[in-house]
Amino acid sequence: MSNGRSRFNLDSRAARILAPAIFAIIVLAVWQLYTVVSDVPESSLPSPTEIAKAGWEQRQLLLDNTWVTVEEILIGFAAAIVLGVVLAMLIRSSRTIERALYPWLVVSQMVPIPAVAPIFVIWTGFDLRPKIMVIALVAFFPIAVNTIDGLRAADPQLLRLMRTLKASRWQRFRYAQLPASLPFLFSGLKVAAALSVIGAVFAEWVGASEGLGYLILVLNNATETATMFATIFLLAMIGIALFGLVLLLERLLLPWYHDARKEPADDGVAEPADDAVEIGARL
Amino acid sequence: MKVGIVGMPNAGKSTLFNLLAGLDRPSGGRILLDGRPAENLLGEIGYMPQADLLMPWRTVLDNTALGLQLNGVRRREARERARSEFPRFGLAGFEDVWPSQISGGMRQRAALLRTFLAGREVMLLDEPFGALDALTRQEMQQWLLEIWQQDRKTILFVTHDVEEALFLSDRVYVMSGRPGRVELCVDVEIERPREIGRTTLDPRFADLKLELIEPLRRASAEASR
Repeated sequence: MSNGRSRFNLDSRAARILAPAIFAIIVLAVWQLYTVVSDVPESSLPSPTEIAKAGWEQRQLLLDNTWVTVEEILIGFAAAIVLGVVLAMLIRSSRTIERALYPWLVVSQMVPIPAVAPIFVIWTGFDLRPKIMVIALVAFFPIAVNTIDGLRAADPQLLRLMRTLKASRWQRFRYAQLPASLPFLFSGLKVAAALSVIGAVFAEWVGASEGLGYLILVLNNATETATMFATIFLLAMIGIALFGLVLLLERLLLPWYHDARKEPADDGVAEPADDAVEIGARL
Repeated sequence: MKVGIVGMPNAGKSTLFNLLAGLDRPSGGRILLDGRPAENLLGEIGYMPQADLLMPWRTVLDNTALGLQLNGVRRREARERARSEFPRFGLAGFEDVWPSQISGGMRQRAALLRTFLAGREVMLLDEPFGALDALTRQEMQQWLLEIWQQDRKTILFVTHDVEEALFLSDRVYVMSGRPGRVELCVDVEIERPREIGRTTLDPRFADLKLELIEPLRRASAEASR
């Protein structure tokens, strides 16, 4: 029985990769076909092969600008994590601080980011700093909100039990509240990963002389549409890679969280003897 | 000494335990521990609530060592001491798995080991087997008696199951609500070791059971009126 089950899982794992791949191939094929049969100009909608060709020809330009944007995103994302986690801990540390800060946390997201980005440029100039500020501003929010929820997630009963074990406030935080919050933190990180790419593009549109976002503006003016599509593709790849990095870290740092959601048959744990008895009794 | 406390739901059993564990303060009256009034019971008494409350992010071994670690025993030593108790608690071989990977009965034994290792002389068990199916529950009762036979600590055991209370205890208090009060106190003078079956079919056992059920039934009738 367990054999049949694990084969089923293997099949579904293959299906998880195959299904979206097949879908992508279909979409690309239809796209290619459409550009061939219709007379849509290349400057409006280049075909996938034209995009690939343009991307390859301009690879040096694209790659140089990719590193610029990747650097912005990595530093900005790191800043967002620090800002989000510190704010969440501050807010959870006292009711008064929570009351004072939480509304402003929400307000910070009501501010249209593209509108404040020029102010950051005025303050700091055209260097890396305004980009990091914009990315941190858009990406810290999901991290902070999820971590605040996470720091509330520890079972109150567990905290009471820990008090009977003479746990200090710090120990209750260190051994219960902090680990219980980590899955929430990672949920926030996944959203923040996607947002930080958007933040980087915004920031570069406002004031930059390099980077993929800046490149899009330049290519748009020059109606180099095929290369522009290749740039967009690269930006998406950066987002996917960052998301994948978060997933990988989650698996490494929270093995318990990952294992608990797996099918028990996958865990490689021998069935305990009293389980067999329990099942026998139910039958 | 093993003391069982039986009562209807809402009879104040959990309130009593929260008071004894030092989690809540009594609004009046005193609690005596070894004949002396106890000022602050928090941390003086071992406490095992209904839910096993194992931490999903700690392995079974680290969960059982938690109490030791919180009291300043080094992690390494805490783990060694916990590990040496694993066979007796029927957990050998499951030291390094997550709590989500073991059965309900094993989780309860792990939670009990965590309470045992905290090393308190008095332990409160709040319906520890309430969530288990009937057969596992009986195995756990038998097993608990054996463990107690070796350690001889004072155990206060809350249950709504009269048979469980009689089987495990030297003395049973019947509580009824509200307000929570002790209706009846019965000494169970059935010799040890006890065994499911031989003990539970003993005529004295049946007599005691009748004696306990009567006030519970009365309380239940009162409550529904």
